[in-house]
Amino acid sequence: MSETTTTPETPETTSRGNLAAGTSSVAPAGRTLFDKVWDAHVVRSGGDEPDLLYIDLHLVHEVTSPQAFDGLRLAGRRVRRPDLTVATADHNVPTTGGSVTDPVSARQLEVLDLNCAEFGIRCFPMGDPNQGIVHVIGPELGLTQPGTIVVCGDSHTSTHGAFGALAFGIGTSEVEHVLATQTLPQVRPGAMAITVEGRAPEGVTAKDLALAVIGRIGTGGGFGHVLEYRGEAVRALSMEGRMTLCNMSIEAGARAGMVAPDDTTFAYLEGRPHAPKGRAWQEALEWWRTLPSDPDASFAKEVLLDAATLVPHVTWGTNPAQVVPIDAAVPDPDEIGDPAARDAAARALGYMGLAPGTPIRDIPVDTVFLGSCTNSRIEDLRAAAAVLEGRRVHERVRALVVPGSHRVKAQAEAEGLDAVFLAAGFEWREPGCSMCLGMNPDKLAPGERCASTSNRNFEGRQGRGGRTHLVSPAVAAATAVAGRFAAPADLPERVGR
Amino acid sequence: MKPVSVVSGRAVPLDRADVDTDQIIPSDWLKRVERTGFGKGLFAEWRDERSFVLNDPAYAGATVLVAASNFGTGSSREHAVWALMDYGFEAVVASSFGDIFRNNCTKQGLVPVQVSPEVDRAILDAVRADPSLLVTVDVARGTVECGDVHAPFTLDEFTRQRLLHGWDDIGLTLRHEADISAYEAARPSWMPSVTATEATATDAAGPTPTAARTPAPGSQR
Repeated sequence: MSETTTTPETPETTSRGNLAAGTSSVAPAGRTLFDKVWDAHVVRSGGDEPDLLYIDLHLVHEVTSPQAFDGLRLAGRRVRRPDLTVATADHNVPTTGGSVTDPVSARQLEVLDLNCAEFGIRCFPMGDPNQGIVHVIGPELGLTQPGTIVVCGDSHTSTHGAFGALAFGIGTSEVEHVLATQTLPQVRPGAMAITVEGRAPEGVTAKDLALAVIGRIGTGGGFGHVLEYRGEAVRALSMEGRMTLCNMSIEAGARAGMVAPDDTTFAYLEGRPHAPKGRAWQEALEWWRTLPSDPDASFAKEVLLDAATLVPHVTWGTNPAQVVPIDAAVPDPDEIGDPAARDAAARALGYMGLAPGTPIRDIPVDTVFLGSCTNSRIEDLRAAAAVLEGRRVHERVRALVVPGSHRVKAQAEAEGLDAVFLAAGFEWREPGCSMCLGMNPDKLAPGERCASTSNRNFEGRQGRGGRTHLVSPAVAAATAVAGRFAAPADLPERVGR
Repeated sequence: MKPVSVVSGRAVPLDRADVDTDQIIPSDWLKRVERTGFGKGLFAEWRDERSFVLNDPAYAGATVLVAASNFGTGSSREHAVWALMDYGFEAVVASSFGDIFRNNCTKQGLVPVQVSPEVDRAILDAVRADPSLLVTVDVARGTVECGDVHAPFTLDEFTRQRLLHGWDDIGLTLRHEADISAYEAARPSWMPSVTATEATATDAAGPTPTAARTPAPGSQR
């Protein structure tokens, strides 16, 4: 092999094993969904090395891949399984339909096309009917399937866990590793159950559930674990809702989030372009039905929530765990006992320009962003359009809706949702990551306050000095109309009804 | 990557929890297609504040960054590690790390030194009180020392050996080529495939169509 990098001289290097958690592929009788998917993908285990896992699907985008392809070229390596790899352009793409004017962005997009052509990878570039946010197109093309392992150089890969896949984000070195070997060495995490019993009240969405979970367990609550969302309220969610929930697992510090596959999953998948067909579908279905956690499976940690007590949530700070119900007020840092949390809260309020004790519903917004891999799917657009029908965006607010993919956009247009958004005063944009992360022209100005359906309210995330409040699509739409944070139920009767 | 056994140098106290990778390297910097030159972008927005600790000349030339809990949370961008290393950091001490960031560190040879919250606090306070204090991270022994503080840090054995020897992960995995090929041969043909047409997706029988095209072990383009 034409190695340019160092490798050990002897295969097994030491016997000082400290990887007990990483090498056990023998599981007890009752196994979790996570255990079953993990165990089915162990290429090898043993010695001092972590389990080597096989990767079923590798999603690639323009931002975290160029240096990985360079690494392959330097080492004279090829892409082992181009047929298990798919690429798209999403982070840099402008959503106004024009060409890419930023030369650095244009170069990055061009490099993705060149790398995919050189290494034989299927790519959906800007304007392609299958192009969209990487975590939207995998599921809609039927590539994301139960029981698979999905990786991508993007932390929100956890989205795909909605199908009962084990899906997690990786860095560029790991992207290169998967391209070259279709495997990854991984230390086995623990399984943590997030059980949400009961029925969520009207107006409470998967996004509110995700924010409530993060608010409860904190940004580090999921460290070293894969979350399995369970219980009646999770079973009741659509696939879009489950994707929203799993998407934000990373914001709780978890490696991944999963929901056991069921008839909702199978109904979503059947007939999609890359879903198995005919006899293969039956075979797949037979295996998929064995995946849910056994009744006697045990979890390393368990958290229980009651859906009936949930209300819409709004973040007030600069991490997603700094969140309160919409009925609450901005907290007072002086009332927080833990010194680190108190300092963080005080700093966050300074950045956000908020005074302690301000009722959330009294905070005016400048911008409303409906989009991102968290909330840009057809159901999200329907939920927002249902609120906006017969209403107008507040005169002081700019509002944009960015469908997650061309397929979502086409479906929304077929349903007439674009007309509802446009009539209400929203801008109807082309698919992409848009205002979620400030890598394209859609950004907040310094001090601009935004109700956003995205996933991160970090400082500067949506543009330098921008102030992000995370909300559900329904709350985003109601807030656009009211000009300040509002739930749909807060709005006055519609015009002409 | 370069082998790393001991890091010893002065340290910068960054006493903030939940420092996300968007702060470590703002997204504007991610448009570059190179792996070098990210040091200038490190904490770019925070460095505009004159009082930010990295701007304090007392800490110039430091090679260890000491943070609070959950350092490197958020985005998977390995650019955060490239930026820290390009700036001159060789180790980061914290009481916990974002999972992906921690993995990325160990791929590049930036030592993630995970200590207890008490030890983390003691080191933060010590280097804040005395910027000339040395922090010494010993990868082989798994210890960190700073003034009166002497403590172990968490590192799995495989990662320790990789860091000490500078082994390349891909090279390690390619020793198991036969295992990978055997796994692929047994993989059900209905698993998702990007190039599959309607016809091959329907064909449930036989081996994975592409498995036959997998070149012999060790072959190169």
